[in-house]
Amino acid sequence: MTLIWFNSALFFELLAAGGFIVFIIKQQQWVFRISYWILVAGLICHTFFLAYRYYLLGTVPVLDLKSALSVFAWSIIGVYLIIQARFKLRVLGSFVAPFAAFLMIVSSVMPWKTGPVNPLYKSLWLTVHVGTIFIGDGLLAIAFLAAIMYLIQERQIKQKRLGSIYTRLPSLATLDRINYHAIVYGFPFLTAGMITGSIYAQYALGTYWRWDPKEVWSLISWLFYAALLHQRLAAGWQGRRAAVLSIICFLILVFTFVGVSLLMGGYHSFSSLEAV
Amino acid sequence: MLKLINMGMNHETAPVSLRECLATDPDNTPKVLSCMRNLTSVNEGLFLSTCNRVETLFTTECPHEAKTAVLSYVSGLAGMSPEAFQSSLYTHEDMEAVRHIFQVASSLDSMVIGEPQILGQIKEAYYHATREKTSGVILNRLMHRAFHVAKRVRSETGICGAAVSISYAAVELAKKIFHVLEGKKALLVGAGEMAELAARNLLSNGVSALVVVNRTFERAVRVAQQFDGQAASFDELTTQLKDADIVITSTASAECVITRSMVKQAFKKRRNRPLFFIDIAVPRDVEPAVNDLNNVYVYDIDDLKGVIELNMAQRQEEAIKARRIVDEEVVKFEQWMETLAVVPTIVALRTKAESIIRAELKRSSSALGELTASQRAVVETLTRSAVEKVLNDPILFLKGKAGRTTLNTYLDTTKRLFGLDTHDMDGEHE
Repeated sequence: MTLIWFNSALFFELLAAGGFIVFIIKQQQWVFRISYWILVAGLICHTFFLAYRYYLLGTVPVLDLKSALSVFAWSIIGVYLIIQARFKLRVLGSFVAPFAAFLMIVSSVMPWKTGPVNPLYKSLWLTVHVGTIFIGDGLLAIAFLAAIMYLIQERQIKQKRLGSIYTRLPSLATLDRINYHAIVYGFPFLTAGMITGSIYAQYALGTYWRWDPKEVWSLISWLFYAALLHQRLAAGWQGRRAAVLSIICFLILVFTFVGVSLLMGGYHSFSSLEAV
Repeated sequence: MLKLINMGMNHETAPVSLRECLATDPDNTPKVLSCMRNLTSVNEGLFLSTCNRVETLFTTECPHEAKTAVLSYVSGLAGMSPEAFQSSLYTHEDMEAVRHIFQVASSLDSMVIGEPQILGQIKEAYYHATREKTSGVILNRLMHRAFHVAKRVRSETGICGAAVSISYAAVELAKKIFHVLEGKKALLVGAGEMAELAARNLLSNGVSALVVVNRTFERAVRVAQQFDGQAASFDELTTQLKDADIVITSTASAECVITRSMVKQAFKKRRNRPLFFIDIAVPRDVEPAVNDLNNVYVYDIDDLKGVIELNMAQRQEEAIKARRIVDEEVVKFEQWMETLAVVPTIVALRTKAESIIRAELKRSSSALGELTASQRAVVETLTRSAVEKVLNDPILFLKGKAGRTTLNTYLDTTKRLFGLDTHDMDGEHE
């Protein structure tokens, strides 16, 4: 049952990613429309998969890297579909869908872990903590992709290479605005995620803050994003510098998400999460 | 045999002195059209005259006579002998004429491929033809198809896509940087035709304010008045750079007017807002190193020319796609023309059937007299539908044979089988 939902989500998301790549090359509206609805289908299957896992485990399915990556892919697609409704920026999908599909491929090749879940994790606080963190991560991932698109487009314009990439990518102002909005909305979610996490830690472990490696790195990424937001709002940063900094921020965030959990141990690491 | 003929000249075949002879007088079009209407050799006619081309299009049964008559009238209007005209003229017949008109309408034959005016001019010419009643079944269909082809070409290819003039290329670039130009401020440094054209294009695309800076303040004031802008003296240039979003420079200065340090200084107060320089001057007004600054983009005249060349090449590539669309549509039009040959026979068949129905109903009217009006109507409908069902298959069969070499045999057989009176019909297909 889980396998069916997971595989159909994977299938639709890969198909949508392919469709979006065809769209950016061919620039035909119907390709976009089909890819868009395939992506929606993927998200629906993905939602069923996660809901079913939630039901099976009794808590949010993020306790191993495989599940966490799939939740990340799910949140990115979800956030993208919301942004698409507002900004109508079709070409963003050509970056988002392949990124999400990549996460899903990595997730799909990792082994399934099934075992009893520590009752400590069956808490609403964990759900809220993980939910807000992942919505924040999804938004910040979009900010990251918009920043990459910005740098590509800026390079085309600076170097006066106004070829096919230039015509396909949107204007610098649009990309900068998406980057800005994604961070402005993503940052509060990240903050809320950290606060609920620490409340949960107090409830589960008896202390708000433990200097666990993941906590430390979360704080570092939070400070970086805070600095970026400050520079944007107070110092009027925009364009290239803001884009570069938001890419650096996101890389730190990804390290926090994947690297720390795999390499540095602590109670957030997946090996300790799986232990009963 | 009905023929469709197109005689004309364009920017490639005729010098401008010849083209302008006809383009200057707006009364020429109605004159030529009424001449065509009066000519017995011409059935339908259309006349198009722009500064880049003169086109005549007509249908005729006696091509040679019609061509000479039209040529002598048009050359007479231009005040020249037909012989002098002849050398610059091209003549297309039937499907070649259709192809040519389709290409003209979709701007494939224009000096600047993809330019948008020509379609409007053709529509105007067609409007004149309908008003002068020189347009009939064939030209109506042809012109509507031409508009359709032009629309298809425009939407399915990128032929009208990218800018091919300096000022439009500048506007397009500005849009790629700022997305919308509404609320943006432009600064015009120096003056000159091209710079003013660029400024005008920026303003018409939404730029909300324009400041003109010139070494001679009076000149700045004069130019600013044209655009409802403000004038500023040359010493204020650095201050003006703080507020501007788009700067067009075109001074005659031998040295750079805008240096890296000036822009850098202005940026301290700009809060990183992007700044776009369009440097039209030769020698350049903006130091090339300015382009290395963050959020600053400098395009000089060579860069813009490069953009245009690229766009031109792109249009040429799109033109190949557009020609394929034209070919497709020519084939469709040819098929339609072929069905025309069948029409008189079908019409004769229907007329005959209708007259038989009428005669038979009349004959039986006394016997039917006792029926109510609605019952009579039922009898009439019944008779009509029975006859129509019988005729349906032969008509479909004939339509299916349109364009085949065996068509004439079948038309002939049909006439004999149904005893159609051939004298009433057009001789076209005989």
